[in-house]
Amino acid sequence: MNQYNINPIVGTTKSIINPQKEIVEDTRPDMLVCKDIAKIYPTPKGDYTVLSDLQLTVKKGEFISVIGHSGCGKSTLLTMIAGLNDISKGHVFVDGEEVREAGPDRAVVFQSPSLFPWMTALQNVMIGVKQVFPHATKKQKQDICKYYLDKVGLGNDFHKRASELSQGMQQRVGIARAFALKPKVLLLDEPFGMLDSLTRGELQDVLLEVWQKEKITAIMITHDVDESIFLADRVIMMTSGPFAKIGDELKIPFERPRNRVDILEHPDYYQYRGYLMDFLNH
Amino acid sequence: MKDKILQLTGIQSFLSPWVNIFKGEETKKNINILLKSYIFPLLSILLFVLVWHTGATYLYNKEATSKIEKARAERGEAAALEVQNCIYSGEVGCQPNTLPSPAKVWEAYLSLLADHKIISGKKEAFAKKVEKTNAKRAEQGKAAITYTGRPSFVDQIGTSLKTVFAGFLLAAFIAIPIGIIIGLSSTLRTSMNWLIQILKPVSPVVWLLLVFMIVKTLMSDSDMDKSFMISFISVGLCSMWATLVNTSMGVSTVDKDFVNVAKVLKLSIGQNIFKVVLPSSLPMIFTGLRITLSVAWMVLIAIELLAQSPGLGSFVWEEFQNGANDSNAKIIVAMFVIGMIGFGLDRIMMVIQKMMSFNKEVA
Repeated sequence: MNQYNINPIVGTTKSIINPQKEIVEDTRPDMLVCKDIAKIYPTPKGDYTVLSDLQLTVKKGEFISVIGHSGCGKSTLLTMIAGLNDISKGHVFVDGEEVREAGPDRAVVFQSPSLFPWMTALQNVMIGVKQVFPHATKKQKQDICKYYLDKVGLGNDFHKRASELSQGMQQRVGIARAFALKPKVLLLDEPFGMLDSLTRGELQDVLLEVWQKEKITAIMITHDVDESIFLADRVIMMTSGPFAKIGDELKIPFERPRNRVDILEHPDYYQYRGYLMDFLNH
Repeated sequence: MKDKILQLTGIQSFLSPWVNIFKGEETKKNINILLKSYIFPLLSILLFVLVWHTGATYLYNKEATSKIEKARAERGEAAALEVQNCIYSGEVGCQPNTLPSPAKVWEAYLSLLADHKIISGKKEAFAKKVEKTNAKRAEQGKAAITYTGRPSFVDQIGTSLKTVFAGFLLAAFIAIPIGIIIGLSSTLRTSMNWLIQILKPVSPVVWLLLVFMIVKTLMSDSDMDKSFMISFISVGLCSMWATLVNTSMGVSTVDKDFVNVAKVLKLSIGQNIFKVVLPSSLPMIFTGLRITLSVAWMVLIAIELLAQSPGLGSFVWEEFQNGANDSNAKIIVAMFVIGMIGFGLDRIMMVIQKMMSFNKEVA
C-alpha cells in the first residue's frame, strides 16, 4: 500500500479569502436552528449576558465545530441546545420542533465520560438504548449496543465495569452510547479535552469513522484548532464574552472520508489553520 | 472471587510478606513490612500490658498498705499483722479491691470460659431431661420448657450481638428510606434539618427513657420480651443518624454529570432513583452504615446496663454490683471482648464498604 495515496480533495485556496463566495448552495434541510438566542445570568450586580442574539443554522448531516476562547459561552450554547440549560431568550428548533427539555434526540457526549461506574460498558449503552427502543426485543437491543461498542473498538470489553476502563476507553463508550441513541443531533462538549494527545487522535479517528456511516448532524465544541479542521465541515468561531456571538465561520471543504495524514499534508491545511488562529488571536 | 475476598479483607496483605520471606523474595523489604505492620503493633501492645501491670501493682500495694494502716489505727498492731498475713497469704477474702493486674484478668477470662462449659453442660443435660416432656407439650400445643438458669458470659455476648444487629437493622430500615426521600428534595431537607440536628446529639440514656415510655404503654398487655424491645429500639434510634445524614447527603450530591445523563436519556423518576441516584450514593450510605454499626455497639453497653436487658452491659453492671473478688477482672475481660467485637464488626463493614465503592480507596 502506498501510504501517500492522497485522496482527491476539493476546495481551493480562494475559499479562504472569502469563504462565502465559492460555496455551492446547500440544499439539505435545516436540522438545527438557533434563533436570536441569549443566555443571561442574573447576578447581584445586575444581569450578566453570556450570549446574545446568536443565530446558527445547521443542515442535516452537517458536522460543525464551534471554537472560541474558554469562558466565551461555547458550552453554554451546547447545553442550551441539549436542553440542560434554560434558554433566556430566543428559540432553538431541532427538526422543526422547539427544544423545551433534554431528550435522547439530542445525544450528548460530555467532556468527562460520565459513565455510571457501577455498570458495565454494555449496560451503560443499554440504559440509553432501552429508553429509545422500548419495543425492541432484548436480543435486538443487545445487538445495537454491541454493534456500536464494537465500532468504537471495545468489542472485547462489553462486560468490563466502566470504572475498570481507562479514560480514553470510557470516552469511547460515551461515543457509542450517544450514537446508539440514533439521535437527530449529536452534541459533543469538548469530548476529548481531558485526554492526552495520542489518545485524542485515536478517538478523533474513531468518532469520524462512526460518524461517516451514520452522518448524524453533529456539533462539536472544542478549543483545539486542528481538531476542528480535521472533523468539521464548517468551523464556527465565537467572539469572547460577555455578549458573545458568532464572529465568523469557515467552510472546510475537504472531501470525506477524511484521513489524518492527507489532511495534514494538504496545501490548504495551513491556510485554514492560519485563518482560525488569526481569528482567535484578535 | 476468592482472590478478591482475600484482598478486600486484608488477608492477602497480611500473608504476602510472610510468603515472600519464605520464598526468599526481597527479604529486606519484606522484613521491613513485617516490622512495621506486625512486630511494632505487637510491641506496643506488650508495652501497654507492661504499663498496666506496673500500674496495677502500684495500686495493689497502695490499697494493701492503707488496709493495714487502717486496721492498725482502728484495732491495733495485732490486727494489722493479721491483715498483712492474710493479704500476703493470698487468701481470697482479704485481697485489696483495686485495678486487677493482667495476670488476674487472664485468670478471670479462663474462669469465664470454664463457667461457660459448665453452664453449657447443664443446658444439655436439661435439654435431654425435658426432651420427652417437650415433645408431649408440643403435641398438646403448649410452649416448650426452656432452660432459665444463669446465662454464661458467651451467652451474654450472643445476646448483645443479637440486640445490636436488631438495632442496626432497625436503624437501616428507618434511616435509608428517609435519607433518600429528604435527599431528593431540598425543601424537605431544609425543613428536616433542624429536627435532625437537635435529635442527633441526644444521649443514649435519654433515648432509652423515651423508648421506655412509649414501649411500656404500647406493650402493656403483651408478653413479649420488653427489655429486649426497649434496648434494640433505643440502639437503633441512637445510631441511625449517621446513616440518615450520609444517605441524604449522598443522594443530594449525585454527580452533576450523572444527573445530566439521566436527563438526556429521559429516565423516569423510578429509573432515576434505582439506576442512578441509589447506586451512586451507595458508597456514602455504606460509610454511614459503618458509623452506625460502631455507634450501635458503643451505646449498646450503656443501654443494656440501664434497661436491665441481658447482654454484656448488664454483665458488666452485675459484676460491678456483685463485688466478688474477681469481679473487677471480669469487667476488664468484658471491656476487651467489647473492644475486639467492635473492631471485628468495623472490619466486616469496611469490607462491605470497599466492595460498594467502585474501586475507590477506603480508609
